[in-house]
Order: sequence, then C-alpha cells, then structure tokens
Amino acid sequence: MKQLPGESSQQLVDHLFRHEAGKMIAVLTRIFGIHNLELVEDTVQETFLKALQVWKYRQVPDNPSAWLMQVARNQTIDLIRRQQKMSGISEELAIRLRSDTEHTIEEFFLDTEIADSQLRMIFTCCHPALNPEDQVALTLKTVSGFGVTEIAKALVSTETTIQKRIYRAKEYIKKHSIRFEIPVGVALQDRLSTVYTVLYLLFNEGYNSVKADELIRHDLCAEAMRLCKLLSEHAVGSHPSTYALLSLMCFQASRFDSRIGEDNTIILLQQQDRSKWDQELIRMGYHFLNRSSDGNQLSVYHIESAIAAEHCLSPDFDSTNWKSLLYLYDCLLERKPIPIVRLNRAILLAQLDDLPAAIDAIVDIEDIDDLLQHHYIYSAVLGDLYGRAGNVAEARRLLEMAYRLTASLAEKKLLREKLNALP
Amino acid sequence: MKDFMFIFRGPSPEDLNMTPEQSQASMQKWFDWIGQLSAKGVYGGGDPLMRQGKTIQGKKPVVTDGPFAEGKELLGGYFIIKAESLEKATELAFGFPDFDTQGSVEIREIMKIPMQ
Repeated sequence: MKQLPGESSQQLVDHLFRHEAGKMIAVLTRIFGIHNLELVEDTVQETFLKALQVWKYRQVPDNPSAWLMQVARNQTIDLIRRQQKMSGISEELAIRLRSDTEHTIEEFFLDTEIADSQLRMIFTCCHPALNPEDQVALTLKTVSGFGVTEIAKALVSTETTIQKRIYRAKEYIKKHSIRFEIPVGVALQDRLSTVYTVLYLLFNEGYNSVKADELIRHDLCAEAMRLCKLLSEHAVGSHPSTYALLSLMCFQASRFDSRIGEDNTIILLQQQDRSKWDQELIRMGYHFLNRSSDGNQLSVYHIESAIAAEHCLSPDFDSTNWKSLLYLYDCLLERKPIPIVRLNRAILLAQLDDLPAAIDAIVDIEDIDDLLQHHYIYSAVLGDLYGRAGNVAEARRLLEMAYRLTASLAEKKLLREKLNALP
Repeated sequence: MKDFMFIFRGPSPEDLNMTPEQSQASMQKWFDWIGQLSAKGVYGGGDPLMRQGKTIQGKKPVVTDGPFAEGKELLGGYFIIKAESLEKATELAFGFPDFDTQGSVEIREIMKIPMQ
C-alpha cells in the first residue's frame, strides 16, 4: 500500500486548510449545535493533525478535501456514538438507531448541505446584536479558518483583544440562544445587509490598512471576495446587491498592486500606473455589475461599483468622465452623506472647473475644521483648490498643514512641489 | 550506498497549536524536502508514529502509558535514506523543516550483517 511521493514536490491548493476548516466548522456546528463551538473547533483541529501526520510521510490523497471531510465525518460519528450509549434498549434497536444516525450524519456532508451550513455560519456571525468588530473577528475565525494570530495581524490588533472579541461573541450567542439558521422573509433582507457591511468591512480592512503587511492584507481582500462569491452562488444570497458588492470588490482589487508605493503609502488614483491594473479582475467586475442590474434595487454598492467602473473605463486620469461621476456621487451622497463622499464630490466639481462650488462644498462639510487639522487629505485638497483659485495665503496655510500631517514621503514631495509653485 | 535512518523528535503537532494556514505551510515544507530527496533518488520512504504508546521496563517489567518523554523529545517518525557515508547523510538531514519548532533529527546507519 505504501506509495512514495513522485520526483517533484507535492503542492496543496493555496489556503486549502483554511477553507476546509471553515467548511468543517460549519458542518459540525450544524450537527453539534452552535453552543458546542469549542467541541467543534477541537474536532476540526484533530482532523488537521491527522492529515498533517499522515500526508507528511505519504502521498497526499487525490482529493484532499474529500479526505479531510471523511475524517471529520468519522470523528463526528464516533463522538455521537459515545453520547448515544443507551443501556435500556435491545441490541437490535441499538443497531438500527446507530445506522439511522450514520445515515443522517452522512447527509450533512453532502456538498449542497455543506454550502447551506456555511451560509448559516455567515448569517450567525453577522447577527445584528453583535458588535461590528466582534462580527468581523468571529467571521474570520469560524467562517474563514483564520487563527487568532492571523486575525490580530490582519486587523492590526493584539491577540488578547481578538481573543476577547471572539469570546464575547460566542458567549452572546450561547446566552441568547441565537439560532444557527438562515433567516427568512424581511429578516433575511435585514441580515443580508449586515452581512454586506461585515464583508465590505473585511475587504476594506485589507484594502485600506497600510499598517498590516502586504500578504495578510491581500488575504483579507481575497477572503472577503470569496465569501461574497459564496453568498452569490446560493439561492438566498443571489441578490442584485450581492453582485453589486462583489463587482465593487473586483474593481477595487484590480488596483491593489498599483495603489501602494515603495514607502508603503497609498498612491492616489491620479498617480497610479494604470497598466498595473488587473484586467482579469476588471472583466469580472463588469460581469458581476451586469448581473447586479436585475430588478429595481439600487444599493450603495451599486453606486460605488459604478463609480469604480467609471475609473476603470478611462485609459488615463485626464480622460475620466467627470460629468458621469458627478451624477453618481450625487446619488451616493443621498444615501451616504459622509465627509469623505462630500470631499470626493468636491474634487469632481473642481475637475469640471467649478472651483468656487468645489471650495464651498468642502468648507460646508460638518466639522471641517477638525477634519482639516487631523486628516491630511482634507487640508491637501482644500489647499490645492485655494491655490488654483488664487487665494495664496489660505493655500499655503493648508498645504503646510497637510505636509505636517502626512507620513508619506511621496505625499510630502508632492505637497512641497505645490507649495513651491505658489506665487 | 548505505541505508540510514533519520529519526525525528520534537513537540507533537497538537502541542504546537497551529492555525490551519500554519499547518499547511508546515506540511508544504515537508513536501518540498521529500521532493528534493526523491529527486536525488535517496528517499526510501518513512512513517509517522502515533502519539499514544506504552513502555515496559524494569527487572520486574512494568507497563507504563505513553507519551513517556518530554514534549520536545517525542519520537514523531522516521525516514529511510540512501547515502554514501554518515557525513553525506548528515548533509541531507539539514533539510529537516522543523528546527524552528524545537525539532531534531538523529541520523543512524542501519547495520547490515551478512547472514552467511
């Protein structure tokens, strides 16, 4: 029976264990109940240990996923048998009960049921009663198979904090007997919108954090996209908004490599090398954006995705269709009246040569003084606009403020050039 | 060519408490090492050992339950490797992937006694 590995070394699919962990945890939770999550996690851990020991020395099985699931299933059946020992029944009944149990357990391991369980897990982790930060940590742990160390790294936090969040979420679920199920009707719509928020948060943690290292940031974005795709492939999650969010993530991710400079700082759209944008992801973005146009739902994700698509469409910064973007930003502002949307909309007005309106739009942002003093992007943009409008004193004051606020060398250089260009 | 046994010791994987991603990374290192040894045509197979075991010892033999060694002394498995000399075999053992996690390799020649 002993097979020797071939001449070249064997490879497992990237993140196979992580993804299989998520699947196994979901299936086993459906069998043992969400209140037994610890038992479930231990059982999954044991499955991996077995794989680790056996595969290291032998050939990896042809279908590693199926192998892992088989081991998990056998362990499950063993555990249940141990709990089922009854003394007051005949041997015949005991045998029949045992075979019934095995048959039922088998069904939980069917592919369609695995997907169903994973969805239940996503919906449970995104229960609206949990804090957003707990939702994210618990999702990464139980749905995505991340370890506490990896979550801490990805979210630029400490292991203790992450452990606390996960513990708090699990305790809440236990104490309030949160059901491990897919909500129906209106509740499903509500829950889906929480799921979108969590997935988008997950994606943005990876996309926007310059503090975490490249690899883990990439993992986070990829994971958010994987879960969103999983959601879209299931009847309950196959909604226009799901596709809109997925397409938005594709468009954003296409710029992943071009948006971080050598000094690990964000490169703005204007300065990005567009030849580095991932065309395959852009193609997928359009594909999902098309699918998102069924029905008459228009979510924030639809608008944001359309904005991202507009940028991907234009060959260079100057050919951007500002008019069309301005319309999209007006729509976005209605649903998401937050400072950064207002700022971006003001930049569009400036691109359309309406400097006074652009400046007014920024000055009118709520708490703008505070924003100018603490976030370099506001002072940099407003300072630049004042410069173009000929208000040299204000331009100098704000650009110098931005210069002090930013840690990015590239940005400092850019701001210095703008300051020097002032009359 | 002589046959050597690489004997691996170290903490059991369950004591290392690895995340799925770390487990996969650790396994990939083993695949790569075995791949290299196989490419050189020196890999003669190997097996892991179960953690559970028993020991019998004493003049009046007494059976004790395993694991009987300190965590990092635990015998985890072995490889059979072909090499010209103990020195060459030792060089090959430097590829062992678990030095970082307190693992060790013992390299021993398998004694062949002519039976005629």
